[in-house]
Amino acid sequence: MWTSIIIAVGVLLGLAAVFGALLGFAAERFKVEGNPLVDQIDALLPQTQCGQCGFPGCRPYAEAINNGAAINKCPPGGEATINALADLLDVEPQPLDSEHGAAQAKRVAVIREDECIGCTKCIQACPVDAILGSAKHMHTVIESECTGCDLCVEPCPVDCIDMIVIEPDIHSWTWAPPVVKGAVPGEAPGSRLIATDSEAKTHEESLL
Amino acid sequence: MTEYLLILVSTILVNNFVLVQFLGLCPFMGVSGKLETAMGMSLATTFVLTLSSVCSYLAYTYLLEPLNLAFLKTITFILVIAVVVQFTEMVVRKTSPLLYRVLGIFLPLITTNCAVLGVALLNLNRNNNFVESVLYGFGAALGFSLVLIFFAAMRERIAVSDVPVPFRGAAIGMVTAGLMALAFLGFTGLVSV
Repeated sequence: MWTSIIIAVGVLLGLAAVFGALLGFAAERFKVEGNPLVDQIDALLPQTQCGQCGFPGCRPYAEAINNGAAINKCPPGGEATINALADLLDVEPQPLDSEHGAAQAKRVAVIREDECIGCTKCIQACPVDAILGSAKHMHTVIESECTGCDLCVEPCPVDCIDMIVIEPDIHSWTWAPPVVKGAVPGEAPGSRLIATDSEAKTHEESLL
Repeated sequence: MTEYLLILVSTILVNNFVLVQFLGLCPFMGVSGKLETAMGMSLATTFVLTLSSVCSYLAYTYLLEPLNLAFLKTITFILVIAVVVQFTEMVVRKTSPLLYRVLGIFLPLITTNCAVLGVALLNLNRNNNFVESVLYGFGAALGFSLVLIFFAAMRERIAVSDVPVPFRGAAIGMVTAGLMALAFLGFTGLVSV
């Protein structure tokens, strides 16, 4: 009686130990490469794909940050993105690297349509396909898709693209974001009335 | 050779695990909403069922039976199945990311598919030998896949058809499954195994 119980327990224990060892070995042996951290960094970047950081897009920049690049090269994301990145990576937040452009309020490109000659150069430059039009026809910008990255301004041969700052209206206005600890020195809290899109988003998330 | 063929026919059509033996009904109702997911589920189930059928047969024959521990079979099989599923998930994830993406969440979900445990236990009841166990598991999985894919295809059509309001959703699904089960009962007597 007792022996059979002991044998039964022993067998189950042995089986469990063997299987546990097998799974543990498999977890090591078949470990998947590919860093989930890159995904997290990528999620914090503003996805303007503007290339102002010197990398071809937000994902490559996320990979570069993962490999040790500086976190302050993203003007569209501005201070909010830098703080979020610093938080995620547990490093000190740095002021935005002015070499890559200054943080600006959320802007959209607007084509002065009567001056547009239909050359399609801005369409090719747009990283998010927000410009609509075809050769020798007028182009226009889909405002909701435009990330305000400036990349279409440069190639335009007749300089008919304006970057317009979006004034907050009754639908888009939010409170000034709360002052994050370790914020950039030299800037008084709430000195900027216009929050960038990413800041507004963090603010909404903090309210949830 | 004939008996092996008979096992396949028997498990796929005559004693279909879903419609005749009523095992594995949860995924049958749960993932049959879209044909694509149904196919993913079928693939994953085929894989796991065959493998776990073999492994539980081996565990029983070479471990439990010699030690007179037949009463431990259920818990042992559950353990074996869980480990097999986990292990395959890791291997598939490493070796074939594409397949892993196709199977996705279904792979770990199969652990809870009662058809898997059912096959392992029925193998013992039928005194299957090694090859028969393999075929029994494989046939059961094929039967499951066949029915699941048929059912998903039907539900996709039902979704766009004009069903009376009280029958919409799960109700018409149950009715359809019942009719399918009736149809599969027609295979009874095709072969006797």
